[in-house]
Amino acid sequence: MWQELREELHPRGLEIVTIALDAAGAEAAGPWIAKAAPRHPSLIDREHVVDALFGIVNVPSGVWIDEGGAIVRGPEPAHPKRPAYKDRVVPADATPPQRERIEVVRSLHVEAERYVAAVRDWVALGPRSRYALSPDDVVQRSRPRSIAEATAAAHFALGRALHHAGERGDAIAHFREAHRLHPTNWTYRRDAWSLIGADHESIYGTSWLAEVKREGVANYYPALDMPE
Amino acid sequence: MIFESPVVRAEELERVTGWRLKAEGLCREDRCVQFTARDARRIPLADVATALSAPLVHDERHALWALGAESGGHALTTATAPDLELPDVQGRPFRLSSLRGQKVVLVAWASW
Repeated sequence: MWQELREELHPRGLEIVTIALDAAGAEAAGPWIAKAAPRHPSLIDREHVVDALFGIVNVPSGVWIDEGGAIVRGPEPAHPKRPAYKDRVVPADATPPQRERIEVVRSLHVEAERYVAAVRDWVALGPRSRYALSPDDVVQRSRPRSIAEATAAAHFALGRALHHAGERGDAIAHFREAHRLHPTNWTYRRDAWSLIGADHESIYGTSWLAEVKREGVANYYPALDMPE
Repeated sequence: MIFESPVVRAEELERVTGWRLKAEGLCREDRCVQFTARDARRIPLADVATALSAPLVHDERHALWALGAESGGHALTTATAPDLELPDVQGRPFRLSSLRGQKVVLVAWASW
């Protein structure tokens, strides 16, 4: 996904680093990385440590870091191009729930062109780019760290470790607790669901559609908070 | 950040969490929090949790301890990027700081 933009902007001083938030590690993310064959660093974060470190709650999220190691934009939805799901057609034989899911997915807020234009502007202008934020703004815009969210990180880590050790039932209990404590963290939800596979809706007693509707479709990918 | 014991050696604490025990306390990059350890070979995780305002969750059945994230304030306490180290797909460690001198866009994604 990012390879094209990376090849365009690497000669001008930009590197892309992708981080796969996959509890199943290289087994899950490896085939995608092999297919993309990126020339940029492509890392794996099984415990989702970047969630707490940067305040990431969903993917794709992008963080800009300047030449001196200062963050100039914290996590925000980062789409390099229009995702195929935005143009998905509802099949004639779709059931009402299938239809609703496709319609909700199509309505997700995606601003790929605007995001990529901002990256290009920053690469060209550096600190003079109107998209580069001051250190104070970066800190103030980052997520407040509640004790509930901090505890969710511990439960997610326990869930991952126990799932990996073959203790699936006990892993699910910790993942559930992580979801309860940090309901808007989609990386905790979706990764835990993916470990279960097709049965996750019955096991967790909920679905992506139900949770997205509960939290508000418009909040899934918030609008980019940047100048027009 | 998972531990198999409620007390850890300073080296293990640093390997798992990035927090290094120093004379001035627990330090990570340019930040230190007040902390005194009576014995650097046996640091109670509960004390670390208190110093960092991070919850410590104990799974009794599996004898595991998980140190959660720091709480209070904002996710980014400073605009200085944390010196993240993560493995690539072959398991080789990669340090974010090795890219100093270039602009970086860090992108979190997933296969799911």
